[in-house]
Amino acid sequence: MLSRRTFLKTGAATAAGALAMPALAKSGPIKIGYVSPQTGPLSGFAATDVYVIETFVKTARAQGVEVEVIVKDSQSNPNRAAEVARELIVRDEVNLICVASTPETTNPVCTIAEAEEVPVISTVAPWQPWFIGQQGNPADPASWQDFDYVHHFFWGLEDNVQVFMNMWDMIDSNKSVGALWPNDGDGNAWASDVGMPPALAGAGYTLTDTGRYQNLTDDFSAQINAFKQNDVQILTGIPIPPDFTTFWTQAKQQGFQPKMVSVAKALLFPESVAALGPLAHNLTCEVWWSPMHPFTSSLTGQSCADLAGEFEDYAGRQWTQPLGFIHSLFEVAMDAIRRADDPTDGDEMAELIGTTNIDSAVGKIQWGRDNVPPFARANVSKTPLVGGQWRMQGDGGFDLVIVENGLAPEIALTGTLETLS
Amino acid sequence: MIWVDTIVQGILLGGLYALFAAGLSLVFGIMRLVNLAHGDLIVLAAFLILTVVNFLGLSPFVAVLIAAPVMFAIGWALQTYVLNRVLGDDILPPLLVTFGLSVVIQNGLLEGFSADSQKLSAGPIEAASLPLGPITVGVMPLLTLISAVVVIFALNRLFYRTKLGRAFRATSDDAVTAGLMGIRPRNVFAIATGIAMVVATIAALYLGIRANFDPSIGPARLIYAFEAVIIGGLGSLWGTLAGGILIGVAQALGAAVNPEWQILAGHIAFVLVLLIRPRGLFPRAND
Repeated sequence: MLSRRTFLKTGAATAAGALAMPALAKSGPIKIGYVSPQTGPLSGFAATDVYVIETFVKTARAQGVEVEVIVKDSQSNPNRAAEVARELIVRDEVNLICVASTPETTNPVCTIAEAEEVPVISTVAPWQPWFIGQQGNPADPASWQDFDYVHHFFWGLEDNVQVFMNMWDMIDSNKSVGALWPNDGDGNAWASDVGMPPALAGAGYTLTDTGRYQNLTDDFSAQINAFKQNDVQILTGIPIPPDFTTFWTQAKQQGFQPKMVSVAKALLFPESVAALGPLAHNLTCEVWWSPMHPFTSSLTGQSCADLAGEFEDYAGRQWTQPLGFIHSLFEVAMDAIRRADDPTDGDEMAELIGTTNIDSAVGKIQWGRDNVPPFARANVSKTPLVGGQWRMQGDGGFDLVIVENGLAPEIALTGTLETLS
Repeated sequence: MIWVDTIVQGILLGGLYALFAAGLSLVFGIMRLVNLAHGDLIVLAAFLILTVVNFLGLSPFVAVLIAAPVMFAIGWALQTYVLNRVLGDDILPPLLVTFGLSVVIQNGLLEGFSADSQKLSAGPIEAASLPLGPITVGVMPLLTLISAVVVIFALNRLFYRTKLGRAFRATSDDAVTAGLMGIRPRNVFAIATGIAMVVATIAALYLGIRANFDPSIGPARLIYAFEAVIIGGLGSLWGTLAGGILIGVAQALGAAVNPEWQILAGHIAFVLVLLIRPRGLFPRAND
């Protein structure tokens, strides 16, 4: 039973604890908050978190830096992400926040940290929804402002569109493209004027877009009929994995056979591909990171292959693309901590992160480069993107083969593009 | 020709919704219990089938024969030890318990199987199709519809041709009087939930082969099942099939006009039926 007396007592104790915290934080380890979707529909992105954070804390200690990483779960929910960000700042009094995976996680955390003047390093969300999504009025470019405390590294929509179209240029087709864009943030962005339609028109492709459908649709006959009618040979889209499975199985049943399928998001993780079985052979997708990438970690000195190998031994499962990026979050953090006079000073850290220039496990990370439009340059650093194709192996597993590198020639091809029929 | 194809695909989709709904309809018909965890129990059954497939290397169609008795036992135990304790005049407690159950099952599955998206693999039959005149019909969707009809036919036989069915109906009509006649309502309820779980396992088989599933997908799949039960008429099994098919066809027709209207069209059909016939298409009795 909670009486007034015990309530006052515990209240006083907690208050005393909270007051004692700042003194502790000054002398103790550097506190880094980490937010990612560890449960819920987005949790596939967080499969490598435990390994990466454990390695980071160990490596930092070996290099003489005491860090404490406070891990928070966004539960795949933007409101929850905002709540844990506030907790990290107010209750845990972290010196720095790292956040990863989808705008639903990165944006609420960055918005709160920017307001609270806490430095953030963010990744794994295309930069347009990250930068524009945080603006007060996304529709009016003149009103967009850059940020002082938050920095993001990843690729953008334009890279993904380019990678897909480069792949299609490599094959012989009637240039008829069918699109599967759902009614969600990603689908609407791809279908918009800054997305794929203008690029397609410019390159002489015709587009069959049947309209924005709801996620978790059980029947795609309407789309399949439209694609068949317009003799679509190239299929693209950004469906969620269950929808792509439903669509692709139905397409096979109803005799729709495109030559090339390039789908973003649904084919990111080996599990979703393996779930499709033989039907997934030779489907193509965007590749942000792989063990074949020719980069080295600035934190551990490992190559991408070593990093993936160590993770596979540790977790007993296949590598996933977020591995390299989440590792690099902590590379950037470590680099800034090393250069800082006082790593607990938020203003200094934010400034130092902005002047980062490292060769990381995902390529060069440096803000302010000219491959990003001027309005977002201070806060966005682009990493390379290539195109991959899933190949079925003899044992029924799948390997991701890099078949297109037009935007990043430094990443070697590991195979040639094959058509489906 | 596209319209014929659209309607046929809609009917096939309706078969899947009817399978989702059959177990729900059975439980509601007998004990007036709205099982909000039904979708999660279907996902649980799908994971069970997946486990059997992975461990014994069986085809999912065979694995279902092992999973179904296990699910029957789970259903029986669930009713006996949890739901029977809260059933009473007030409909709120069982509703809240099944709501809590839904959360527990989702998180339990998340803990046990992680959030990875899974699928049951049935081999080449998944992509197989039959040419029926000018249209092609997928073998799996056709099997789904046939299974839905068979399941509902079998449940109806059970209801109206067996002693157990008589006990079901008697308890449904008046549990107190049935008790006086020597029927133990709680036992009858437990068996009914067990049977509903067997039907859920069959639904899980087709859901798992048709699309990916993960621990959190249950509730999203449940809404159409609810609608099918309600527009079919509460307690009527054939009505549930009709309701499922109606929603399936409405969605397919909506999508043919514009994919943005697909889901909405199903919901509009639901509202229209309720406006015209507030008690559903085939209400079983005046209760």
